[in-house]
Amino acid sequence: MNKEEKIQAMTEIMTKFTGYMGKHLPDDVTAKLNELREQEDSYLAKVVYDSMTENQELANQLNRPCCQDTGVVQYFVKVGSQFPLLAEVQDILRTAALEATKEAPLRHNAVQIFEEKNTGTNTGERIPWINWEIIPNEKGINIEVYMAGGGCSLPGQGKTLMPAAGYEGVVEFVFDVMTSYGINACPPLLVGIGIGGSIDVAAELSKKALFRPLGVRHSNSRGAEMERLLEKGLNDLGLGPQGLSGKNSVMGVHVESAARHPSTISVAVSIGCWAHRKGNIQINEDMTYEITSHRGVTL
Amino acid sequence: MKKILTTPIQNEDLEQLTAGDVVYLNGYLVTCRDMPHRRLVELGQKLPVDLAGLAIFHAGPIVVKEDDGWKMVSIGPTTSMRMEKFEKEFIAETGVKLIVGKGGMGPNTVEGCQTHKAVHAVFPGGCAVLAATEVEEIERVEWLELGMPEALWVCRVKEFGPLIISIDTKGNNLFETNKVIFNEKKVPIVKDICSQVKFIK
Repeated sequence: MNKEEKIQAMTEIMTKFTGYMGKHLPDDVTAKLNELREQEDSYLAKVVYDSMTENQELANQLNRPCCQDTGVVQYFVKVGSQFPLLAEVQDILRTAALEATKEAPLRHNAVQIFEEKNTGTNTGERIPWINWEIIPNEKGINIEVYMAGGGCSLPGQGKTLMPAAGYEGVVEFVFDVMTSYGINACPPLLVGIGIGGSIDVAAELSKKALFRPLGVRHSNSRGAEMERLLEKGLNDLGLGPQGLSGKNSVMGVHVESAARHPSTISVAVSIGCWAHRKGNIQINEDMTYEITSHRGVTL
Repeated sequence: MKKILTTPIQNEDLEQLTAGDVVYLNGYLVTCRDMPHRRLVELGQKLPVDLAGLAIFHAGPIVVKEDDGWKMVSIGPTTSMRMEKFEKEFIAETGVKLIVGKGGMGPNTVEGCQTHKAVHAVFPGGCAVLAATEVEEIERVEWLELGMPEALWVCRVKEFGPLIISIDTKGNNLFETNKVIFNEKKVPIVKDICSQVKFIK
């Protein structure tokens, strides 16, 4: 493959994958929802879970976006410094969002700031949003595609605490967000928490926490314990599916952290709804690929 | 047996409903979210659809053009709370009887529902293909210049649901009742977790 052919191949892969992950939930989310569904015994919780299951089956059969709100498309990129298309990635992903919008189809979700007009293409100022990490000496690229609807973006909040507030302040903040905005954000939710020294760091980490596969814990034992405590505590609130009350509230709690300034503790929360549309794909330098979020899928 | 509401919905149909009941809808359901609410209530513009006795859906769908009409691809509810600021006046102005959305609404909507005999109901969020298959036809679209999510899509629906009544005509608000319970439970849970995360020593 020459360079032009590689650009074409990667554009096609990313267009198809962007459309695909807007229609099908990743394996870990589907497994978790099945597990939570079996625990419910109340009438309303069962009505809601039945609709959720039927909906996913219909989305598969009819090949349609499982939720109408396909979000503002975001790409979280870990690109090798030796990846042959490093300079072209941005254009390729912009084209992929544009083409997937027509092909899938996706809802038009890019409203230009100040002009206040929907572009109708899912591209706009700095959109699709691309987050970059450069991996030294690697030759491939790993891309996390994410579509968050407005409903689960609305609870997104952050706060910078004084050290006197401690990790206790973090816990209180998370619970306050969950019992106010969380209820309306389509529970059972995935809760991403970022902890660091400033609000931008905490916010970015809270979003990245949503991409960790369900069931994997923070690498620090205290971090892992805090995740377990929050998960159990939030489930004991019993928000239930759609906040109509039930046995559980969350699919999981993930904390990501960065060393903080001695004078500050910043905490941020990002929420994923039950229809948590994340998709992970690894593309190699020869344009072969592997989808890790939806096993066994070829585009 | 399914309890079905049919448009035009009468006050008597609604007065027997209680928060927590599950119903379905036959007839006309019009999508209406942030912008048309703002245009009617804040900017004083007249809606191009007569909503008296009908149902609105807090939803911004995915539609595709097909021949000379439109096909509903995917349509699930959006967060109803965003319309709380406008809903009481909206109900009074339009005579809408059923408001379908996601999550709860607040005291203004409760007052509007009680005064003018209307209800708010929840369609399970994220179940957008299920909802789309219950739309028989998009009869027309108005205010398309607002973009696909904000336009008024006039849909004819058949057994559209499940619709879980969250605010009834008697002043009950399912989500607010739940919220009180969640907040009561929260206090001891938070206290317990806080005692175990005293990492700064």
